[in-house]
Amino acid sequence: MSIFRLSPPYLAGANHVTLQMMQVLLALVPAVVAMVYFFGYGVLVNITLAVAVALATEALMLRIRERPVKPFLSDGSAVVTAVLLALAIPPLSPWWLTTVGVVFAIVFAKHLYGGLGYNPFNPAMVGYVLLLLSFPVEMTTWLPVASMSQQPVDLMMAISYVFTGQLPGALTMDTLSGATPLDAMKTQISQLRPPEVIMNQPLFGMFSGKGWEWVNFWFLLGGIYLIYKRVISWHVPVAMIGTLFVISGIFQLIAPELTGTPMFHLFSGATMIGAFFIATDPVSGSTTLKGRLIFGAGVGLLTFVIRVWGGYPDGVAFAVILMNMLVPLIDYYTQPRVYGAR
Amino acid sequence: MSVYRQLSYEGLWKNNPALVQLLGLCPLLAVTNTMINGLGLGLATILTLVASNGLISLLRNHIPDEARLPVFVMVIASIVTIIELSMSAWFHELYLILGIFIPLIVTNCAIIGRAEAYASRNPVAPSLVDGFMMGIGFTAVLVLLGGMRELVGQGTLLSQAELMFGEAARGFQIVIFEDYRGFLMAMLPPGAFIGLGLIVALKNTIDARVNRRQAKLSKAATEAATA
Repeated sequence: MSIFRLSPPYLAGANHVTLQMMQVLLALVPAVVAMVYFFGYGVLVNITLAVAVALATEALMLRIRERPVKPFLSDGSAVVTAVLLALAIPPLSPWWLTTVGVVFAIVFAKHLYGGLGYNPFNPAMVGYVLLLLSFPVEMTTWLPVASMSQQPVDLMMAISYVFTGQLPGALTMDTLSGATPLDAMKTQISQLRPPEVIMNQPLFGMFSGKGWEWVNFWFLLGGIYLIYKRVISWHVPVAMIGTLFVISGIFQLIAPELTGTPMFHLFSGATMIGAFFIATDPVSGSTTLKGRLIFGAGVGLLTFVIRVWGGYPDGVAFAVILMNMLVPLIDYYTQPRVYGAR
Repeated sequence: MSVYRQLSYEGLWKNNPALVQLLGLCPLLAVTNTMINGLGLGLATILTLVASNGLISLLRNHIPDEARLPVFVMVIASIVTIIELSMSAWFHELYLILGIFIPLIVTNCAIIGRAEAYASRNPVAPSLVDGFMMGIGFTAVLVLLGGMRELVGQGTLLSQAELMFGEAARGFQIVIFEDYRGFLMAMLPPGAFIGLGLIVALKNTIDARVNRRQAKLSKAATEAATA
């Protein structure tokens, strides 16, 4: 299968899965660097472990399903799933948490539905939701940004915690971990504290969570690069971010005590990685242009609804999966008319 | 193959109500979070199936064809009420856990399905066997699925056996994984769907293997015969 061999010179405009996945990974690099800077080396350990498990699981499933292993393994889709899932889970997570999530994503969400191109749900988000529902304690022990932490997470410490659960000295996860900005916003609003007062706390930065606004900014930049390279179209991110902005703007005007500002919503949690890297999944998302606008808008709306009235601080993963379910319906009703047909 | 062997094969494997007919999925999925819950509901279903098949077979020549479904439902409902009251009297704790799913046995399609498809057109003895074997097939899946979900979900087997077998059974619980932190998804409804899907897939794989081997054997036999 020479078509999968990667050797220059590339044809201009060549467009296949491996190249697209490589572009996606490249676009993630700045945000990953930012996450390592703010949350420590655990992020890198998570990514390495997740990629290794994903490749092993993918190879095993391809063998069981009697599909050619090498071309499918090198298409990079399993790596992208693994990296997205690794970025979504807390920066210091035990090894089994990452493993369970990745295996479930690859085996159940991807291969049981037929493998790449056939999965109706975004595998990374299915893995994430499985972990969030099954292991709520581990999935909500986030670290505060490094400048606020008692002890920044170095590489040895991260490896030690991920694989043995041990932290050096008298440190425990309880002393290291803290609420995320979205968490803090949600709990304190339920205690009737006004959002603008909450925003003055040290956990928050210029217009969103400290650190988080930069991570989101770099995801945004990586996403713009992907649009420029035509790996993704602008429809889903623009519709999702636009809807989130408009609806949080409306509530900002009529009920400012309900939730944070539009900028807070745009640069918090998983908004930007969701808009550019997760909701734009070409397989599980809508395929028509009009459908992509509806799909993105739905994800933005549901994210806001879950963040404000739901039981979880962030809602991007649930929003994407719920909208994945509607994709066949959206595609059916937004089928463009065939040229010349009435 | 004798009638009874055929009935056993149909009920336990080939026409298993849970794996092939996919009947009675609501209780099947809802109460199988532990092995004992599955077993409890399974035994109640076996009793109902045997009793309803027997009664309907006895009455089959007196039931007018036009009104057969209401009659079936009334017969089944009476039997289920008897079982429900008995369970409440003797296995009250288990009755509380299984809750609404005991009265809902009335609506289990597997039961009215056997009444319609078998008991209403066959003599009493084979009908009783059919009900029993279908019930065993259903219960086997309930117990297997309950065991899988309990094992993955909380790392034990046969926990809360005392609900069914009395205080002496408190020690029946087998802890497979010590210090297990639990896997909530297996205990939640999605775990039931995924678990049942895996069991159905396993059955289909076994069937496909057996068919392939038989095809090979019969081919070899015909070749031997022609040669």
